[in-house]
Amino acid sequence: MPIVSPTRQPARPRPGRSSPAKGAPPSGGPATSRRRPEFTARRALTIAAFMAPAALFVALFTYYPMIAGSQMAFRNWKLTDLTDTSWVGLKNFRDVFADPAWSTVLGNTAVWVVASIVPQLVIGFALALWLRRKFRFRGLYQALVFFPWAVSGFLIGILFRWLFNSEFGVVNDLLQKTGLSDEPIAWLADPHTAMGAVIVANIWYGVTFFTIMILAALQSIPDELYEAAALDGAGKARTLFQITIPYIRTTLALTVLLRIIWIFNFPDLIFGMTGGGPDNQTHIVTTWMIRITQQGDYGRASAIGLLIVASLLVFAAFFLLATREKKGARP
Amino acid sequence: MIGKETAAGRTVKFAFLGLWLVFTVFPLYWITITSLKAPGDIFTFPIAYWPETFSLENYEGLFSKADFGTYLANSLIIAAVAGATATAISMLSAYVLARFEFRTKSALLMAALVTQMIPAFIALGPLYLLMTDLKLVDNRLGLILVYIAVCIPFCTVMLRGFFANVPDALEEAAMIDGLSRFGALFRVLLPVMRPGIVAAFIFNFVNCWNELFLSVTLMNSDENKTIPTALNGFISSFNIDWGSMSAAAVLTIAPTMVLFAFASRHIVQGLTSGAVKG
Repeated sequence: MPIVSPTRQPARPRPGRSSPAKGAPPSGGPATSRRRPEFTARRALTIAAFMAPAALFVALFTYYPMIAGSQMAFRNWKLTDLTDTSWVGLKNFRDVFADPAWSTVLGNTAVWVVASIVPQLVIGFALALWLRRKFRFRGLYQALVFFPWAVSGFLIGILFRWLFNSEFGVVNDLLQKTGLSDEPIAWLADPHTAMGAVIVANIWYGVTFFTIMILAALQSIPDELYEAAALDGAGKARTLFQITIPYIRTTLALTVLLRIIWIFNFPDLIFGMTGGGPDNQTHIVTTWMIRITQQGDYGRASAIGLLIVASLLVFAAFFLLATREKKGARP
Repeated sequence: MIGKETAAGRTVKFAFLGLWLVFTVFPLYWITITSLKAPGDIFTFPIAYWPETFSLENYEGLFSKADFGTYLANSLIIAAVAGATATAISMLSAYVLARFEFRTKSALLMAALVTQMIPAFIALGPLYLLMTDLKLVDNRLGLILVYIAVCIPFCTVMLRGFFANVPDALEEAAMIDGLSRFGALFRVLLPVMRPGIVAAFIFNFVNCWNELFLSVTLMNSDENKTIPTALNGFISSFNIDWGSMSAAAVLTIAPTMVLFAFASRHIVQGLTSGAVKG
């Protein structure tokens, strides 16, 4: 992926103007050069009063249950026997790793994330580049191709479960009509094809978010940059890699980060489409956690949850470090 | 790309755009066609891409055999109330995070990002116990409160981007004219930011409308079920009633699709104006 280690900063015609691509939602970082004003009770009170409702809701209904749930990871917490919820240290974590299916689940997760995100990024980027220039019916086109984002993951799973149905599925019907396949394929029952089918559904869903974010960031690139590049005789590929991508790299990096976190934490689609089968071949860590929860072993499920949060935090930290803009690069 | 387009380039571009359009729209077309076939016709060969006779039997069944009207109403009320409340609350927090510099700010933003990493399942057990204590299990208000908390972090971050785009001078002028900060926010900033706020509300609404796992956990009785919970109920272990399922899917997707068609322009515009903030 080119966005992870772009080394060059684009030539900026007018240094000191807008910072590139503040479009990404969690646009942290040094926002302005404004200095922190002096502390006053009135100012502190305003901040506290405005933050209070949001903080209260998130603390009570998100953080409290999460923290309470985390300590279950260190306890014997089984629905089958609630009389004994004693402290067991790291036993639940050992059980997670000792499970012979665990390595399959980890491998599946890696395939699921990588094979979903790369096509989403590439197609999403291409669509954004092509949608940048106005054409007739562009508004209608956008409304039509952006809609998958409005469908729930669970329902997408259902839609594609029907499309890939081995008997009455339209995918098999089309393949046979066009002569690409002689007999119906049991897509979701065959361990070799199930993951591919699930990933196709995920690509269908996830391209839109990339397109919307990249399209928004593209609008922030001043036309003069392209004009200058054209005057210098830069070709399309050079313009793309030396102007477009470096200019919107902040948005690209944050979008990729958010999407990786979401895809990782996205059991809904698989839950609706295959439920993790056949033979665990489409189980990823989050669906595996659901399965363990449904078996009633809350302690072990919670241990998996903690492993997920921890690995995502580490990943996010590394990712942000690797893609952070160098100090002083920002005007 | 902004440079000149060649004829070949145009052909490739529109061929790709066309293919992607077909790929995107086809699943929706297919579920709609399935829902409009008579239940018996769904499982016949050859598969009909355009049925000879259309039937509304699947839809009628949803309202006569299942209580789909109730689920629809529940989802509508819960998503609307939770989405609107979350937007209002996020407006306040987003405003502070966009306008003030203070020590705990980056910690708060990090706390918002972390909520996106938490698998919902780790919190389900304790959340259920908490809601039991509050006597809010199997209660629409209870689910609304939980959904508000779910929506707030991303909505705050999104609205913060929109606020950053509006110059401070606007509310400073209003405050010099004697309005309080709160008054300036509501009377001066909100009208300017309306597209962004509408986009944020629609985003919240759609998320609540689609949410499955929390709703399955907290809503037990049939009269309180939301649509995704009901859809989940259509799946028995090895068999799916594809007639009812397809009709229900169409009714679930249609409202969000209309909302998104209406809002996608605002969402892109909002993100765009956030992107070129000067």
